Amino acid sequence: MSVASSVTPVAEVHGHEAHHRPEEPILEVKDLTIAYGQVEAVSAVSFRLAVGDQVAVIGPNGAGKSTLFKAIAGVLPPAAGRVCIGGSAPDEHICIAYLPQRNEIDWRFPVTVSDVVLMGRTRRLGWFRRPGAQDRALVRDCLAVVQLEALADRRIDELSGGQQQRMFIARALAQEAELMLMDEVMTACDTPSKAEIYRILETLKARGVTVMVSTHDLDEAATHYDRVLLLNRQLHGFGTADEVFTAAKLTAAYGGALRLVQTPQGTLVLNDSCCGGGGTP
Amino acid sequence: MMATIGELLWTPLQYPFMVRGLWAVILVGMLCGVVGCFVVLRGMAFFGDAMSHSVLPGLAIGYLVGGGARGPLFWWALGTAIIVALSIGAVTRSGRFREDTAIGIIFAGMFALGVALISMGGSYSMDLVHFLFGDVLGVSRTDLGWTGFFALMVLAALVLFYKEWLLLSFDETLARTLRLPTGALYYSLLIVIAVTVVAALQTVGVALMLAMLITPPATASIWTRRLPAMMAAAALIGATSGVIGLYLSFYAGIASGAAIVLVCTAGFLLSLLLKRLLKG
Repeated sequence: MSVASSVTPVAEVHGHEAHHRPEEPILEVKDLTIAYGQVEAVSAVSFRLAVGDQVAVIGPNGAGKSTLFKAIAGVLPPAAGRVCIGGSAPDEHICIAYLPQRNEIDWRFPVTVSDVVLMGRTRRLGWFRRPGAQDRALVRDCLAVVQLEALADRRIDELSGGQQQRMFIARALAQEAELMLMDEVMTACDTPSKAEIYRILETLKARGVTVMVSTHDLDEAATHYDRVLLLNRQLHGFGTADEVFTAAKLTAAYGGALRLVQTPQGTLVLNDSCCGGGGTP
Repeated sequence: MMATIGELLWTPLQYPFMVRGLWAVILVGMLCGVVGCFVVLRGMAFFGDAMSHSVLPGLAIGYLVGGGARGPLFWWALGTAIIVALSIGAVTRSGRFREDTAIGIIFAGMFALGVALISMGGSYSMDLVHFLFGDVLGVSRTDLGWTGFFALMVLAALVLFYKEWLLLSFDETLARTLRLPTGALYYSLLIVIAVTVVAALQTVGVALMLAMLITPPATASIWTRRLPAMMAAAALIGATSGVIGLYLSFYAGIASGAAIVLVCTAGFLLSLLLKRLLKG
C-alpha cells in the first residue's frame, strides 16, 4: 500500500544510521537487567525475535512488562546486559514504537486524531520543517489501515478505548516503526475492538512488522500470537503457547495469583490478575 | 451617547504614559497567552508562579547596585530568571525530590531573599509594592522596545520548535524513542517561560504574573479544540483583558495589575457560565 511506497530509506534519516544488518535478529535481548535504585525490575532476561514475530508478553501485575518494553525502546538504560535492534543499540534507531498505556496520556490535551498520528513524523520531517501534503496523505493512509479515517478530526478525548489504541497504532505506522511495543493494548477494549485490533495485527504481520503485546488475557495469548513470553522479573518461559503454558512455568511466574484446574478438556487456567492497567512505571 | 463612548475611549490616549501602557499590555497579553498554553497543558502553573516570585532578589540587587536606576533592572531580572529556571529544571529531572517540593523550596527561599534585600534599601514599602504589583504606567519607550524584542524572539522560537515542544508536552516517551534531544527541548522551554515572565514583569508585577500565564489560556481552552487555535485565542484574550483592565484602572482608580487580572478572571468565569448555558 501507499504507506510502504512512501517510506524514506532509513539510512537517509539524519544523525541516525539505523541500519538493520539482515544477518542480525530484529530484536535480541541478552542478560538484560533493569533496576530502579536497588530494586531489580527485570533480571537477566534473554530472548530473540525474528522479523514479523508477534509475541504476547504475559505475567502478573508488576512483573516488569512495561519496564522491559521501555528498555527495548531505549528509553530506560539497562543496569546490565544489552538490547540489540538489528545488531545495534536501540538508541541508534527511530524504528521502535512504544504504544503508551492509557494512563500515561493526558486525554484533555487539545489535539485531534490526525495531530497525534502526525507526531509520528516529527523526526523524519526534521527540524524547522512543517508537514506537507505528502505527510498528510501518509497520515490518511495510516488512519485507513486502522479504520479511523472518519474520526481524523475528532479530539482524542472523544474516542473510545479501542479507538485510542488504534490511533497509536496509526502513529506507529506513520513513524514507519518496524518493532511495535504495545503496552496493555487490549485492556480498554470491548470484544469488537479486540477483533479489530487482531485484524490490524494480521495486516502488520503481512508487512513484516514485529510486534510485542503485553496482556493479562492468557486465553488470547495462547491463541492469537506466534509466541508467548512469560515474565515475572525473570523470564519464566519463551516459545510457543504449548511450550510456555505448562503448570510448572505458570505456577512459577504467577505463584498464588493463578489457579490451575484439571478438567477433561485439559488444564484450565484461572487468572485473578484482573486489575488491568498495571502499576509499574 | 456614541460621542461619550468615543470620548471615554479617547481621553486616556491623550496621555503618552497611557499609550505606552496600552502597547505594553497588548504585547504582554499576547506573549503570556501564547506561552501560557504550554504552562497550562504541561501542568506547570506552580513553576510559573515560582519563576515570577524568584526574580525578586535579582530585581533587588539590580536596584541596590544601580542606585535606583530602572534601565539595568531588566537584565538583572532576566539573569535571575534563567538561573532559577535551569536550577528548578535540574532538580526536577534529578528525581531526588518531588517536583513541587523542589520548586517550593527554591520559590520561597528566593522570594524571602528578595524581600530581605529590598528591606535593606531604605524606602522599603514603596519599592516592594512596585515590584510586587508592577507599574505599567511607568513603562518607558526603552522598556517597551525590549518587551517587543523579547516577545518577537519568543514567538519566533515557538514557530521554529512548535512540533517538537508539542510532542515533548504530549508524550515524552515518543519524543525519546524518536531520539529527539528531550533534555535540551525541556530546558529551552523553561527558558522561554523565564523570558516571558521577565518581559511581563513591569506590567503586572511578580505577585500577579501567574494569572497572565494561565487564565487566558484556560479561558481559550473552553472555546477551542486544537492547540494553534487555543494559542491564538489566548493571545487575543490576554491582550483584550489588558486593554480593558487598563481603562478600568484609569477610570476607577484601581491598581492596573489587579484590574487586568480581574478582567482575565471575569472572562474565565463568564466563559464557563456561557459554555454551560450553550450546552444546556
